[in-house]
Amino acid sequence: MSEVRTLVIDGKDVAASSDQTVLSAAKESGIHIPTLCHLDGLSDVGSCRLCMVEVEGSPKLFPACATKVEEGMKVTTNSDRLVAYRRNVIELFFLERNHVCAVCVANNSCELQAQAKALSLTHFELPALHPELAVDATHERFVLDQNRCILCTRCVRVCDEIEGAHTWDISGRGVAARLVSDLGIPWGSSMTCTSCGKCVQVCPTGALFEKGRSVAEPKARRPYVPYLVEAQRRLS
Amino acid sequence: MSSTGAPAPNGSTEASARRRKQGEPLLPQGPARASANVCQAAGCLSLGSDRLFEAICERVQAKELKDVAVRRVGCLGLCAAGPLVAVPEQGRLFDYVAAEGPDGPARVVAALESGPYEPGTPEGGRQVDQDPFFAHQVKVVLERCGAIDPESLEDYLASGGYEALVKAVTEMSRDEVISEVVNSGLRGRGGAGYPTGLKWRTVAKSSGPDGKFVVCNADEGDPGAFMDRSVLESCPQQVLEGMAIAGYAVRAERGFVYVRAEYPLAVKRLTSAIRQAEREGYLGREIAGTQFNFSVEVRIGAGAFVCGEETALIASIQGGRGSPRPRPPYPAAAGLWGSPTLINNVETLANIPSVISRGSSWLSGTGTEHSKGTKVFALAGAVVNTGLIEVPMGLSLRQIVFDIGGGLPSGRHFKAVQTGGPSGGCIPEELLDMPVDYETLSKAGSIMGSGGMIVMDDKTCMVDVAKFFMDFCREESCGKCLPCRAGTEEMYRLLDRICRGEATRSQLAQLESLAQMVRATSLCGLGQGAPNPIFSTLRYFRDEYLAHIDDHICPAGVCEMAPELVTTGHHAGGEK
Repeated sequence: MSEVRTLVIDGKDVAASSDQTVLSAAKESGIHIPTLCHLDGLSDVGSCRLCMVEVEGSPKLFPACATKVEEGMKVTTNSDRLVAYRRNVIELFFLERNHVCAVCVANNSCELQAQAKALSLTHFELPALHPELAVDATHERFVLDQNRCILCTRCVRVCDEIEGAHTWDISGRGVAARLVSDLGIPWGSSMTCTSCGKCVQVCPTGALFEKGRSVAEPKARRPYVPYLVEAQRRLS
Repeated sequence: MSSTGAPAPNGSTEASARRRKQGEPLLPQGPARASANVCQAAGCLSLGSDRLFEAICERVQAKELKDVAVRRVGCLGLCAAGPLVAVPEQGRLFDYVAAEGPDGPARVVAALESGPYEPGTPEGGRQVDQDPFFAHQVKVVLERCGAIDPESLEDYLASGGYEALVKAVTEMSRDEVISEVVNSGLRGRGGAGYPTGLKWRTVAKSSGPDGKFVVCNADEGDPGAFMDRSVLESCPQQVLEGMAIAGYAVRAERGFVYVRAEYPLAVKRLTSAIRQAEREGYLGREIAGTQFNFSVEVRIGAGAFVCGEETALIASIQGGRGSPRPRPPYPAAAGLWGSPTLINNVETLANIPSVISRGSSWLSGTGTEHSKGTKVFALAGAVVNTGLIEVPMGLSLRQIVFDIGGGLPSGRHFKAVQTGGPSGGCIPEELLDMPVDYETLSKAGSIMGSGGMIVMDDKTCMVDVAKFFMDFCREESCGKCLPCRAGTEEMYRLLDRICRGEATRSQLAQLESLAQMVRATSLCGLGQGAPNPIFSTLRYFRDEYLAHIDDHICPAGVCEMAPELVTTGHHAGGEK
């Protein structure tokens, strides 16, 4: 059972139900908070830290996607500090893997690239890590390019929560964490993958893509996961 | 209940001959005139104290000393000087007792036979009540460490063990138990110092359809810290008793101890302690003849430091990948399998039996206004007396390092003391007189942490220290959230450049701003705390960073400069 909560986001009065997150309440009121790991229809993990917001009365920052609304909350989504941190976040995403937009299949339809543009990120201050990463093209229809993966785990969640296959997961830790299929075997030999392609659809970058796509070929980005969730709900 | 507080007669006390199986204690008929308590915790064991125990037993048997006991006990504290043997009747402690050869056992047996001798002599040992290492200590958590056999429930019962649990379940209401803990002012000993009573009350008021859980966090992982290990190796029953009291207070029927796999001896003793407590009815069903049921299982970690973080620990117990999730919901509301879960550290739980049996005012009588009771520290690094200590809150760092620790080895000078592990900080000489409590340490840019305390001398480079801890954090980052995953790696690389003399002042500024960002945006305590060693070393030792950057010199002589920066003779400051 949810109750009504009233709060203030960026000076704007907002009414939301108690089970809503700050992110969804803001979205309803037309306030944009940038996100990467969040995707409507999937559970939230709060891992990209792009949607961090300030809440009056707390020195801490809160991930808008994983913070429930509270009565009387005063939220700031766009302070100078937050914008600076967001630029840091995007910069670190670019630096930890090898993101070369010019030769990427997701060029111009990449959410990471779009965030960088929105934050007017023109150059990087810190050195790039330049890891040596593999490309897994063993699947007959799709490719996993670790160079472009930002570990948002949308693919992991859509495969687990919507498709129910749980082919994807994360292996290793820290900067050596990698997306793996099954228990670390090539995607093509996965016993659990149903080749449904949902992971490819939800990937925000060019890490998961369909074979045969050319660089910068426009990719339709429909928010279709909520429809699948609704369909599942009606069928069950 | 099948057993009361009286110690069970031991098989080895049979009148005929003092025969015993290997590993069993050698006990006299009637009270012992003198007893040798041989430390069997990991530190002394690694020096052969198990063989020493057998050798002493053999010698005592050969000499037919009828009124002498030889026991296996837990940690005696002065770990650096092991193997250790205590003779409590004479108030003596023998250090560096050689396990190999006849000399070590002979020393101890001579003291047993016709001691006490003059302290300070080989047969006299150290006089405990005069020794500054012991004199400043107040033992609550470590009360039984080194006094009883860690694997004997009888010993624990004989020393008043499980009286608190029986009192709690038979004489006190749940709310009274919680009130005692609240009034004692006990705060979490795992590092953050959250009020224990408040946490208990929160869990007690939460409800879940599938019951509640009590978890003991024994995933101690800070470099140089071994408090929880020593407690579990020396007196596992005390922790189990604390858990059972917690279970009673919050209405939980199941408990888990999450202990790291790197502590095999602790796991072994804990497992055997659980079995014994179940057999005697102190765990399991209908404890002390009441309706209260409580069982405990051991869960072993797989080597991830981050699993000490409570939400990662929960994920790990559930069989998932040990990575944290955003809080709220806190485990007190939704923890193991979504049920309310009380998570306390080993040392916190080990305090509980005393709080219940002696009353809250007894604990709150020790310590400072906001930090009550005692704290166990693992004193290590450049200090004479390395070991496990327990001191009242509010003692000064100077007393800990110079009185208890005996100061630095000769010819070396104090530089800093590091507390709180990889999320902690370095405290310089000018702050040595500050009292050790949660607030003061945090004001000084460090944290209480779980109790690691590393003394550093003038041959320590503080930039290198910051780099060491950053290396630790980047290795241990789970990789879930970006700031910790990529940020710790970038910070490590920047620190490495500074250490090699290759960094510029603008890169130092970059390091600082990145550290701010990682602290503010990381998901869990590991990432949020990872920049702390940088902040604290910059706060007190910025000149050392600048010496590396401007002059390409490591003042402590630790860091090797990049070859192209090494000039003949004088420094090359300002060339860039």
